[in-house]
Amino acid sequence: MSNKLNQLTISEARDGLEKGDFTSVELTESCIGAMEKARGLNAYITETPELALERAKASDERRSGDGAASGMEGIPIAVKDLFCTEGVLTTAGSHILDGYKPVYESTVSNNLRQGGAVMLGKANLDEFAMGSANITSYYGNVINPWKATDGKDLVPGGSSGGSAAAVASHTCLAATGTDTGGSIRQPASFCGIVGMKPTYGRCSRWGIVAFASSLDQAGPMTKTVRDSAIMLNSMAGHDPKDSTSSPKATPNFEAALTGDIKGLRVGIPAEYKMDGTPEEIVKLWDQGTQWLKDAGAEIVDISLPHTKYALATYYIVAPAEASANLARYDGVRYGLRVDGESLDDMYMNTRGEGFGKEVQRRILMGAYVLSAGYYDAYYKKAQQVRTLISKDFNDAYEKVDVILTPTAPSAAFAIGEKMDDPIAMYLNDVFTVPTSMAGLPGISLPAGLSSSGLPLGLQLIGRAFDEETLYRAAGVLETAANFSAVPAFVEGA
Amino acid sequence: MSYILQGETCEWEVVIGLEVHCQVVSNAKLFSGASTDFGGEPNDHVDLLDAGLPGMLPVINEVCVEQAVRTGLGLKAQINNRSVFSRKNYFYADMPFGYQITQFDQPIVGEGTIVLELGEGHYREVGVERLHLETDAGKSMHDQHPTKSFIDLNRAGVALMEIVSKPDLRSPEEVGAYLRKLRSIVRYLGTCDGNMDEGSMRCDVNVSVRPVGSEELRTRCEMKNVNSVRFAMQAVEYEAQRHIEIYDEGGEIKQETRLFDSSNGTTRSMRSKEEAHDYRYFPDPDLPPLVFSDEFVEQIRATLPELPDERRERYVSDYGLSEYDAGILVAEKDNAVYFEEVAKGRDAKLAANWIISTLFGLLKKEGKSISESPISADRLGKLLDLISNDTISGRIAKDVFEMMIETGNDPETIVEEKGLKQITDTGAIEGAVDEIIAANPDKVAEVQGGKEQLIGWFVGQVMKATQGKANPGAVNGMLKKKLLG
Repeated sequence: MSNKLNQLTISEARDGLEKGDFTSVELTESCIGAMEKARGLNAYITETPELALERAKASDERRSGDGAASGMEGIPIAVKDLFCTEGVLTTAGSHILDGYKPVYESTVSNNLRQGGAVMLGKANLDEFAMGSANITSYYGNVINPWKATDGKDLVPGGSSGGSAAAVASHTCLAATGTDTGGSIRQPASFCGIVGMKPTYGRCSRWGIVAFASSLDQAGPMTKTVRDSAIMLNSMAGHDPKDSTSSPKATPNFEAALTGDIKGLRVGIPAEYKMDGTPEEIVKLWDQGTQWLKDAGAEIVDISLPHTKYALATYYIVAPAEASANLARYDGVRYGLRVDGESLDDMYMNTRGEGFGKEVQRRILMGAYVLSAGYYDAYYKKAQQVRTLISKDFNDAYEKVDVILTPTAPSAAFAIGEKMDDPIAMYLNDVFTVPTSMAGLPGISLPAGLSSSGLPLGLQLIGRAFDEETLYRAAGVLETAANFSAVPAFVEGA
Repeated sequence: MSYILQGETCEWEVVIGLEVHCQVVSNAKLFSGASTDFGGEPNDHVDLLDAGLPGMLPVINEVCVEQAVRTGLGLKAQINNRSVFSRKNYFYADMPFGYQITQFDQPIVGEGTIVLELGEGHYREVGVERLHLETDAGKSMHDQHPTKSFIDLNRAGVALMEIVSKPDLRSPEEVGAYLRKLRSIVRYLGTCDGNMDEGSMRCDVNVSVRPVGSEELRTRCEMKNVNSVRFAMQAVEYEAQRHIEIYDEGGEIKQETRLFDSSNGTTRSMRSKEEAHDYRYFPDPDLPPLVFSDEFVEQIRATLPELPDERRERYVSDYGLSEYDAGILVAEKDNAVYFEEVAKGRDAKLAANWIISTLFGLLKKEGKSISESPISADRLGKLLDLISNDTISGRIAKDVFEMMIETGNDPETIVEEKGLKQITDTGAIEGAVDEIIAANPDKVAEVQGGKEQLIGWFVGQVMKATQGKANPGAVNGMLKKKLLG
């Protein structure tokens, strides 16, 4: 156990709080101190230290010492600034939501709050969660706590880059993220932490600023697999306010961490061995396969034939939904308004100034693929392909229980790279997008280091609503990988 | 009944289709818990969703679904157990999401029919294309501030049923009959209050013309948000003439949306097809397909009230009313209920006659509805009882009716106080009869000489002499006996 409280895992802190070794206020103060030192990373858009201390104090008062507390009681976390938080500025990383303080709390952040979690602040993100490098935020780039060998600043991945950097730099014990095409898993991989995208419908979307409604899903970003299980338990659950939220009961995910995967069938999809994937990533994947095999799993070669269409399909479906979801930011009721001569002028001025380039690009793409005369060729076709992608997975799960793949095709890259080429940027999500399209749960965990000493993640993909098996396998993989490298930022601190 | 318009080159017929928006009767909006009450201060009935706040999600109001199904059943329409909500994308300041949630290619209700009543015993069946559920927009107010527009979202998100007819209508009269019949049906069903002046029912009128005998569908124009039956009829008249004049001059009709100006009964262009929005419809990913079971539909069917068509048939077969009278009585549910209360245990034809000719005349004159009638069904019934049991004559009853309105008293009291009781005492009648016979020997001779219709004149004289209180039947019988033997 670390002697710095902010460096604890949730499960360690849970034990310490329960034993009375320290209080939530002390834990929170430690995080606030780390948060101040890590400001250079720009991981937070809004810090809420007073609110955090208030909630930590309340948590300490609630704690009875009889072990009955929720797993998240007194745990300081960062909340991605896509979750609406009552009375606290909520920006979605966009200029267009200037000054917007919701009068309501998103279901997921409220579940955590009710469970006793202490919010430290709102984590930076790509604008409206659109990006894979956290370089599209109106509030500036987030810097990865890991450093390249040449000392250049690296991107933390995206869109939950602030959350990932905040966890990796130990300014919090964990953070919420959201994942539409890889926005939890890819930054988790880039920052050397654990990122879980649950099954679509497992967590309520109510109160989360929408990007692509049929894909968006909240999930935990944590230091360990166990922490992920503890935190997801607090976040998940049916919500009558979200018609797409699943009525399925939430199992005890932590209890699934048995460490035993004997006989578990692990699928290795041939189509994920893509041309151009760096050798070190392929090697790590083989290594992961071997670890699972050594632990008693059965390795099965599988095929997901429509994988190659997933990214293109995603970049039709997600922008289409986004183009409608972002129509409400019109300057009429809240956020930024840039006046004009007429209503139409006001719309154009507000949206022209309020949205960044990437968001505008996606709105345009989305409007285009839904247009009369193009709908059938793009949106409708994409939905048909999406069905085929789901079928690929269903067929595979006849033979296997989980699927192992790399999380991302590279380690974190330098800020400035890939920025002039949106397509190269979109390729970051090539391994994570198919899972999202099928609505399946996927978890990324750090499994090794690149040749330049940067973390690399492996992804496990599970059956719908079978996060338990996913956690069981992830727990074994985590133990085998024994990832213990520490980012430069923390080392130097 | 055909409505044929004479042009310069040929005769034309009009092809009309209606899209009627009916506000669903429900306590809460289609996707939010906010109230649907009419009135209230601006933005009183707005919840987080209605304001389009970030992260808010729609949840379907089951009551609205039931109402749509109920309406579909009332239109004898196909009910679709699976339907889909779509987003219709366009920007307007009083539409907070930047899209309307509506149903596009998979509506909750499919094809149905409405039977139009076009005068005495003349009916025509008109096709309903579909009914779908959608949200209403808010209201922009441009007259509250010199430079700004204000927005009231009270109506934003209120459930509407859009009922689309087939292009089956052929005249302004049919348009009027369609709207009145549809309003009658939704009021019977309790699914829409049908008040066009409050905007809870409004219609878009699509008009085109074609040469008589042709089956083609020519370019149409659409008049949006017409808010009365009369205006809809006027819009058709004007628009049909406009099309014919353009065709006569060798011109072409442009497909466009036009505005009906009720101040002068004309239409003018609002936006052309080129300016028309591309709504970019797609299924709303926030709402799973709307699926319900046959049992759900059957439960609603089991609670359907008797509808105007069935009620009319019952009045004809059970009460012996004419189709025409029955049609008038059933058109408004409240009228029919009133009639049945009056007719209960009484002569139904007499009740129908009194209600249609006397009561409706009075109400029309005073601009009142049946619910505001100064004469209750109970009192009108008692008045009819006085006629039936020969206490008063039908003529005296008319006077009593007037006095009931003036005094607010019940008919028995009036008859008693004013001494209007019919004279059934033969002795008293005989005295009057004898007096009249004695005073008119020349007319007696005429009757006896074969001019029997003159007996009516004698009856009138006797009635006059008795201030109308004599029983006309008894007078007639006695006169016949005395004059003709």
